[in-house]
Amino acid sequence: MPDAALTRRQMLEGSSAILAATGLGGLLPRLARAAVKPVTVGFIYVGPRNDYGWNQAHAVAAKKVAQLEGVKLIEQENVPETVEAEKVMEGMIRHDGAGVIFATSFGYWPNVLKLARKYPDVLFTHIGALWKDGDPKNTIGYRGYMEEPHYLCGVAAGHLSRTRKLGFIGSKPLYFIFNNANGFILGARSVNPAITCQVIITGDWNNPVREAEVTNSLIDQGVDVIVANVDSAKVVIENAERRGIMSCGYHTDLSELAPKGFLTGAEWNWAAGAQFVKAWQTGGTYPNLLRGGFRQDMVAISPFGRAVPQEVRAKVQALRQAFVDDTLKLYKGPLRDNEGNVILNEGQVIANDDNKFKLAVNFLVEGAIGKTGLKK
Amino acid sequence: MELGWWGVVIAVAGGAGRVSVPYLFVSLGETLTERSGRVNLGLEGTLVLGAMSGYGVAYLSGSPWLGVLVAGTAGALLGLVHGLVCNLPRVNDIAVGIALFLLGTGLAFYLGKPFIQPVAPRLPHLELGAWSESPPVRAALEINALFVAGALLAPLLGWALFNTRWGLVVRTVGDNADAAQALGYSVGWVRAASTTAGGFLAGVGGSFLSLYYPGTWNEGLSSGQGLMAIALVIFARWNPVHCLWVSLLFGGATALGPALQSVGITAHYYLLNAAPYLLTLILLIWSSSPRHLLVGAPSELTISR
Amino acid sequence: MRIGAWAETAAISAAALVSSLALFGVFVALRGLSPLDVYAALFHGAFGTWFSVEDTLTQAAPLMLTALCTAVPARAGLLVIGGEGALVVGGVATVLVGASLAGAPAPLAIAAMCAAGALSGGFWVGAAGALRHWRGVNETISTLLLNYIAIAVMNHLVTGPIRDFAQVLKPASWSIGEGFMIGDLPGTSIHWGLAFGIVTCLGAWALMRHTTFGFAVDILGGNARAARMAGLPIGGMVLVTSIMGGSAAGLAGAIEILAVHGFASASLAVGYGYTGILVAFLARQNPLAVIVVAILLGGISASGGLLQRRFGLPDAATLVLQGILFVAVLAANTLSGRFRVFRPRSA
Repeated sequence: MPDAALTRRQMLEGSSAILAATGLGGLLPRLARAAVKPVTVGFIYVGPRNDYGWNQAHAVAAKKVAQLEGVKLIEQENVPETVEAEKVMEGMIRHDGAGVIFATSFGYWPNVLKLARKYPDVLFTHIGALWKDGDPKNTIGYRGYMEEPHYLCGVAAGHLSRTRKLGFIGSKPLYFIFNNANGFILGARSVNPAITCQVIITGDWNNPVREAEVTNSLIDQGVDVIVANVDSAKVVIENAERRGIMSCGYHTDLSELAPKGFLTGAEWNWAAGAQFVKAWQTGGTYPNLLRGGFRQDMVAISPFGRAVPQEVRAKVQALRQAFVDDTLKLYKGPLRDNEGNVILNEGQVIANDDNKFKLAVNFLVEGAIGKTGLKK
Repeated sequence: MELGWWGVVIAVAGGAGRVSVPYLFVSLGETLTERSGRVNLGLEGTLVLGAMSGYGVAYLSGSPWLGVLVAGTAGALLGLVHGLVCNLPRVNDIAVGIALFLLGTGLAFYLGKPFIQPVAPRLPHLELGAWSESPPVRAALEINALFVAGALLAPLLGWALFNTRWGLVVRTVGDNADAAQALGYSVGWVRAASTTAGGFLAGVGGSFLSLYYPGTWNEGLSSGQGLMAIALVIFARWNPVHCLWVSLLFGGATALGPALQSVGITAHYYLLNAAPYLLTLILLIWSSSPRHLLVGAPSELTISR
Repeated sequence: MRIGAWAETAAISAAALVSSLALFGVFVALRGLSPLDVYAALFHGAFGTWFSVEDTLTQAAPLMLTALCTAVPARAGLLVIGGEGALVVGGVATVLVGASLAGAPAPLAIAAMCAAGALSGGFWVGAAGALRHWRGVNETISTLLLNYIAIAVMNHLVTGPIRDFAQVLKPASWSIGEGFMIGDLPGTSIHWGLAFGIVTCLGAWALMRHTTFGFAVDILGGNARAARMAGLPIGGMVLVTSIMGGSAAGLAGAIEILAVHGFASASLAVGYGYTGILVAFLARQNPLAVIVVAILLGGISASGGLLQRRFGLPDAATLVLQGILFVAVLAANTLSGRFRVFRPRSA
């Protein structure tokens, strides 16, 4: 619960009560507009803004934030996840007077916690959604459930794959990558239970040569739909297109890169960030932890490519609606992992917003070829 | 089509053809430079600058070959700077190389921001595998024009170094600068020219990365390929034809990790992907000798004294 | 005569700095920006406020140590570029020792961890030095390769054998625990690594400039044949200087764990080693000058952010400035000994 914001709101409510009492109610709308505090908003990116991937998704959100009234946007790219990130954020506060900081990489969280305690008047947002009770109130963790759009990509892939072999390229062995892979595979197997998916980890967030090599190796093994969870999937999609293979996108809309083979993609919707800034400016309330899928409009799917026929599009859209209505659950029993262990029994269902379960995902579902390397 | 382990062989063969080209061009360029007695560690920066400039020009002009030309020119300019600065007395060429590596990479990133998103036209390739019905085999036998150019250049350069007057001049300058001077050749001029030519080749090698494979411009495009190529020159004993084989070997080794992953060997991928570096180190240790520092090295090279 | 040589070094370096800034000014002018505004921002971001100074010194701290990895062996005529690998190896060793000493008294554990970092880094580069002397392997290439191998091994370890699976932010190793972290220098928000860096540089300078060993190394660096003829123990000197250089970078790795992260991860390999090479050359391989140059480069790093935010200059602008600076200093090297005013008065 955002206690810090209450003070501001109390002040505003208090002052508006006084104004009403003195009969100056007529002036209220104008005063309420003037209550929008001008604020400098700082975005730090771990890579280049226009990378057609992770950072670009955030830059798109930054543009939306910049359009808000009273907002001045400052941005810095290529900030590594070391003490430098802390100094950069602090620099934005000290040199540029920033009042809201968007820390757009997972590894910035310890720095955010430290600075949030030091600067209680600055709002910090972080895309890790790791906030817990006891953490500073002037921080927000928010993140979309990417496994849901991956499920829909999997459904499209399941309908259109001819070899029934899919490929999932991941950057690092982290829980959200494996959740996405599981979503993709579950979606595909919901269409055709005979489908398998190779899961390969490259080891780096961004390594174009290796990503291209992995793509080619997968295609040589007969894979005909590929999705890549790397910082920028451009290389994978372009190489897949050259080999005549279908592909799904990630982070942002990559449909232009593969006119023949693009199916759809899993995109973030970081627009909630604009909500946070507005709340900070006007003394409104904001959540400290915001996670959601399609239901909370925090994720999206890319426009369909030419390769997707109308009936498949309709099916995918219907499933998307099912996520919005919360009638479709991603993880439900009976569910086994790809080593034969039972994960969920018949009748067991995991809610789509069960964070605890998702953070603890250390398995790949049946049909996946590969290992997570995470401890069981 | 179930390929299984054959897939690994095909991927390694394909990788040898695909991944080796930047190594080939950089090592040929560095061979020429080192034969004249200079070491240019800046070729890593040249590679990156070539990749960026080639991509940018190809995108803006619509012609990938123009991109290759401009990439080579950019590389040549960087090589010229290296050559001229190192001609000044008391300047250490290895240090200048590192400086230009930094400058070249910085310039490439600085100027290359607008080109990360766009898609540039790609270099053409020959379908040497058209006889096969198997898509993987066809893909592995897609030979790019630059690979052909490099494969022809290697023996040509080798022949020229040992059978032309110009080659003899370069080698003399590299083996015995005083003798070359006595014969009336300007040591500085020959070295600057060799370094410039070497830079041109490295720039072209860089353009391959962005205009063919992986086929994009990105700040993570090179992970030390230029520096590796310089190590390969030593292993190839400054022989251009050996550079060709060594580059193919190295390209195949780079493809090994991903290929093994795709047949299910998913553990230890970091170590597998480090195989090329370990391989180079082992080969280097094996081929070095404590008696004569670097057998076969041009005697004037700073790293062989 | 000493003063003359010092003044010459300072004057040449200053000339290189000024001409680099001028060239950089042309660069930014081509973008339509005012060079003077950019210089003002550079200064403000580096030294303009107390926060800037803290930022600069924090960035400078690891550079002082990684620069020694190049500077110390360079005095013996070796060109080592293995600071990055040694730092990573030192970081991993630190975590291994720290995790196994859980529960021990903090000062003991911290000393052990620093030692572990230094020794492992020293071993890593020392191996390259040994390969150079006893096998003739070029140390520039071998340390470069060892960098990549070190990073690959580190990644492998933190993703698997020594991974802390509770850490979801990124693959990371076991933590050494909050109790073993060294904090900031009192009254500042600069971590103790700065003090380690300065003291190590001073120690290296004292060793290389004021001992017989240092003198012998100078001879080796100046003229290998003369050193051989004088019967100096070349192998020993090559090995010792390599180990010293590697230890400094390994210590930097230990500090990254002790003062910044608390665990090892891919964030150890962010380029401190490579920037250290630059610092060493700009400082003409003099450990005392390394302190000053590291602060200068830390300042450029610290103000880079301001350049990005105020002027929209890409982050690579600082890379370009560093590259120009490096080339300028190396070219300026050619001027040493040319100006009569700095030459010692002849008898």
